[in-house]
Amino acid sequence: MSKQVGLRGKTWFQALTSVNSPMGGDPGSVLTADARLGEDTARFLCVVPDPKARFPCVRRGEVGLEEAYTLATRVSEVIDHSENVKKRPIVAIVDVKSQAYGRREETAAIFLAAATAADAYASARMKGHPVIALIVGHAFSGGFLTHGYQANRILAFDDDDIVIHAMHKEAAARITLRSVADLDRLGHEVPPMSYDVRDYAKLGLLHKLLHIQDPDTPAPATVAQIQKELIDAIADARAGSTDLRNRLESKGAREMRKAGLAARAYMEKQWSGD
Amino acid sequence: MSVATVIPAFVTRESFIELEARDRAQALMDPGSWRELVGPFDRIESPWLPMQSIAPQSDDGCVVLKGTIAGQATVVIALEGGFQAGSIGEVSGAKMTAALDLATHDSENGRKTAAVLLLETGGVRLQEANLGLAAIAEVMASIFALRQHAPVVTVIAGTVGCFGGMSLVAGISSYILMTREARLGLNGAEVIEQESGIEEFDSSDRALIWAVFGGEQRVGMGVADELLQDDAKEIAAAVQRCLKVGLPVVHRSQQIDLYRDGIAALDTSQQIEPLTLRKNWNNKQAKTKEGSA
Repeated sequence: MSKQVGLRGKTWFQALTSVNSPMGGDPGSVLTADARLGEDTARFLCVVPDPKARFPCVRRGEVGLEEAYTLATRVSEVIDHSENVKKRPIVAIVDVKSQAYGRREETAAIFLAAATAADAYASARMKGHPVIALIVGHAFSGGFLTHGYQANRILAFDDDDIVIHAMHKEAAARITLRSVADLDRLGHEVPPMSYDVRDYAKLGLLHKLLHIQDPDTPAPATVAQIQKELIDAIADARAGSTDLRNRLESKGAREMRKAGLAARAYMEKQWSGD
Repeated sequence: MSVATVIPAFVTRESFIELEARDRAQALMDPGSWRELVGPFDRIESPWLPMQSIAPQSDDGCVVLKGTIAGQATVVIALEGGFQAGSIGEVSGAKMTAALDLATHDSENGRKTAAVLLLETGGVRLQEANLGLAAIAEVMASIFALRQHAPVVTVIAGTVGCFGGMSLVAGISSYILMTREARLGLNGAEVIEQESGIEEFDSSDRALIWAVFGGEQRVGMGVADELLQDDAKEIAAAVQRCLKVGLPVVHRSQQIDLYRDGIAALDTSQQIEPLTLRKNWNNKQAKTKEGSA
């Protein structure tokens, strides 16, 4: 957790694409490249820290206004609107600290910027593009909603440095009037509160938890292993529906989201009544 | 204008803000047309709150009414700002997603069903953290699907406002209606002050909060559609107008170039003055509309 967020994202972006600079005209914080993945040419996207970013509150790898609109642009430009053709995969490499916490961002409606990026990912998914989120580091809150959470399939490394959560621990403790120690204890009892990716995996939202050797400095064999996992996830997405029902139909969801599934079943039963 | 003609309208109006979620939803629908789905008597509650010694609520703070608005089949989903600040948990999120998906299903099968969302919410319910965040992603996915067939209208009346991940739900809606008492943003002032310091945002500066997040500003800068009085009839009439117009030509969250260019033109060396931004963006959008007309 002490490592700088975003470095791992950059490492994996380079490992999977052999590219380490942004596309022409893009801010330094968004890396986009097209690279082979099995028989496909996939589009890879990653948000990385840019210490020289125009907006001060995004310099540590947060997702801000420029990041969101760049993601939206780079995703939407590969959406193929024709019917009955094989669509290109889109891979969001996720290592995001959070959304940007800044006054400039709020004034200029970061909520709409984030919505626009999510819209682009969801539009690609609904048009039949396999959209895969590969969580290699942090996936926090609005940052994850903007970049990755609309994917058909979510993969995450099985590693102690992976954190997927609604809010980082210190802030969540302050807001819920608890100590960090309390939150850690609650995390073990209440799985959705946990900061451990193995507890997250129990919720049934992940397609797969990937066991991996040395994710900070991946060997060629490790990169090949992850490429294989991406290819498998893409094939699985192509064989499935373009909505997110897989997250509700998973074994984990049936165990951990019983109340939500009950609410859904009641709604379906009552919807067309009398 | 005599005093006699001014005072009665103000006095006799029915405040919308003072209504609870269930009454707000009812106030928008054709009388006698609606019924509540998965209501409090079904007792589907959050399983996670009691584990943390917090009393759950039998509707989990989410009210779903199915009926008609001006004759148009509509589902109204209202979040109760008075319960856990309207936050989204597993159950409230599942109710929203299920209702939106059923509206999509009906729309695909010849019975077009619109959705109206009354959002008074701080975003993810932190006591259900990851299931709340996942629920918001799923609500968004369901809106993207419904939005292909029928409009999704977000109403933010106040006084909780619409924040956190749920601000993205507002952002992808077909229309956003706000009052002057409503606020809309991703991070509230307190969160920014905590994360980035008081120099970045002084959360005790009420005037600044309204200048940045308030309904007048959001409508004025073109990121929300209509500014309304706190009047149940006026809000109901505005919702009806949106449903009558139907889907917008292009959703706001798909106008990438317009807003990306707006961001590129900002001077980021200092804080952005809300009124100046309002003027600049308003002119730009007016030009775009003329250009496309």
